[in-house]
Amino acid sequence: MLDFLKLPVQKFQDFILLGFSAATNVFRSPHYSDDVFLQMDAIGVGSLPIVMMIGFVSGVIMAMQMARALQTYGAEGEVGKIVSVALVRELGPLLTALLVAGRNSSGIASEIGSMRVTEQIDAMRALGTDPIQKLVTPRLIATAFVLPLLTVIADFIGLIGGFLIARYLLDIPTSQYWTSAWQILEYNDLAQGLIKPFVFAIIIAMVGCFYGLRTTGGTQGVGKATTTAVVVADIWIFVFTALIGRIFLYFA
Amino acid sequence: MSPKPAVLRLEDVSLFFGDTAGLDHVNFELRAGETRVLFGEAGAGKTTLLKVALGLLKPDSGKVYLFGQDIGGMTEQELFDVRARVGILFQEGGLFDSLTIAENVAYPLLNQRVLLAEAAANGGTQRPVEERVQEALNFVELGQTLEKVPSELSGGMRRRVGIARAVVTGPALLLYDSPTAGLDPITANTIIALLLKEREIRNTATVMVTHRYLDGHLMANFRYNPSSGKMERASRGQSEAATVKFCVMKNGLLLFEGTEAELQAAQDPYVRKFLRHGSS
Repeated sequence: MLDFLKLPVQKFQDFILLGFSAATNVFRSPHYSDDVFLQMDAIGVGSLPIVMMIGFVSGVIMAMQMARALQTYGAEGEVGKIVSVALVRELGPLLTALLVAGRNSSGIASEIGSMRVTEQIDAMRALGTDPIQKLVTPRLIATAFVLPLLTVIADFIGLIGGFLIARYLLDIPTSQYWTSAWQILEYNDLAQGLIKPFVFAIIIAMVGCFYGLRTTGGTQGVGKATTTAVVVADIWIFVFTALIGRIFLYFA
Repeated sequence: MSPKPAVLRLEDVSLFFGDTAGLDHVNFELRAGETRVLFGEAGAGKTTLLKVALGLLKPDSGKVYLFGQDIGGMTEQELFDVRARVGILFQEGGLFDSLTIAENVAYPLLNQRVLLAEAAANGGTQRPVEERVQEALNFVELGQTLEKVPSELSGGMRRRVGIARAVVTGPALLLYDSPTAGLDPITANTIIALLLKEREIRNTATVMVTHRYLDGHLMANFRYNPSSGKMERASRGQSEAATVKFCVMKNGLLLFEGTEAELQAAQDPYVRKFLRHGSS
């Protein structure tokens, strides 16, 4: 009766097992540090321009749209608070993660998927290398390291975007904007803003690797793996942003 | 004379992918110095057999012995040490795109724990990796391609690099998955000449998967002449026929196993199909 559940449950179990062995490999030799740095460059530096852009745009939009609403209460001076809280808590981590998922979950899935269908993964195992250690763990470490950094950068650029609107469109003094933006933030917000990207990074790297390693059916399969990876990563990011947000509300 | 030890033995091995049989109660034995030529249609289970032999796929039931060791219960780490003694040429080549030809061929030498440990134990007596890589590439007549990447080479050349990577460690068992598939007849014969050359020099136990009857026929009746550098028909005294056997697979079943003469005498239409391919 519950046969229809068998496949997804088994898939989830495989995913957890892969995540577990990728995580334990972090503490086991051999360490492929070259690959870690290579991935940091590809995922971190490579995503920087687009992440900065989305950060800036969201800061600008937030300040512009909120100013109108705040004006009805004569409170447009508080715009810094809104930009700051929304970006650091929610939008910065979420938008950055969605972008990096689109860029790198797909990239990881297609790269590993191509290796899979051209038997490079089998070759690796035949020639004495654990593909999880060589391919998955470096991507996991690299993403977990760079995504929080990217998020911080996106948050900051977003605040600058908000500032430009506040200063030149709303005539709010520089010090008022930055002081209100800074003072509203609590440790709770900062923790939330840094834990989220860390969790999202694990999702992005592991989902990309998982679908890459499961690729079958030639180049068509690679395309399918790539698309699925992005969609699944995005869904999990949405689920976890709600979940983590809820947990922090509880502690707030 | 006691028989040579079994290099690879499959005992009643089955592996199913859903409802399709990859391997269906297969029994298979290969002794040192022997060659098996494995025929079969696409999806007959030839590649599956090679991957099960190497522990890349785990069978649903049955036992696989590699160099006398049951590899069924081994962890991946333990398998690495057993696999270090096996050379494999993958159907798709399996060369690493991101590495140069030299790095590809050096890969097993630099990543197989056992080989690294041996090298360390031998101290300075071991020849340097570069020299062994060069030698392996010279063997497949690609000594000048060290710094190229796989995408710069033709299909036949990539296959030859694959062979170089398989033989560079001096393995005790060689598995060739469709070494001539998709190649023109001339290039295909060059590849077979290389396999004969390897056998002439090291006499490694070999399993070759192929679609071409001619490949098997050449393996069984020809030898490599080191002085002329060409293939030549083996004389009756030194015929390889005794150590070369043919297998035919269908839907995961090992349908036929025997010498070339027995293969030619076979009545099964499926088995005969591979003979016809050879004559065409």
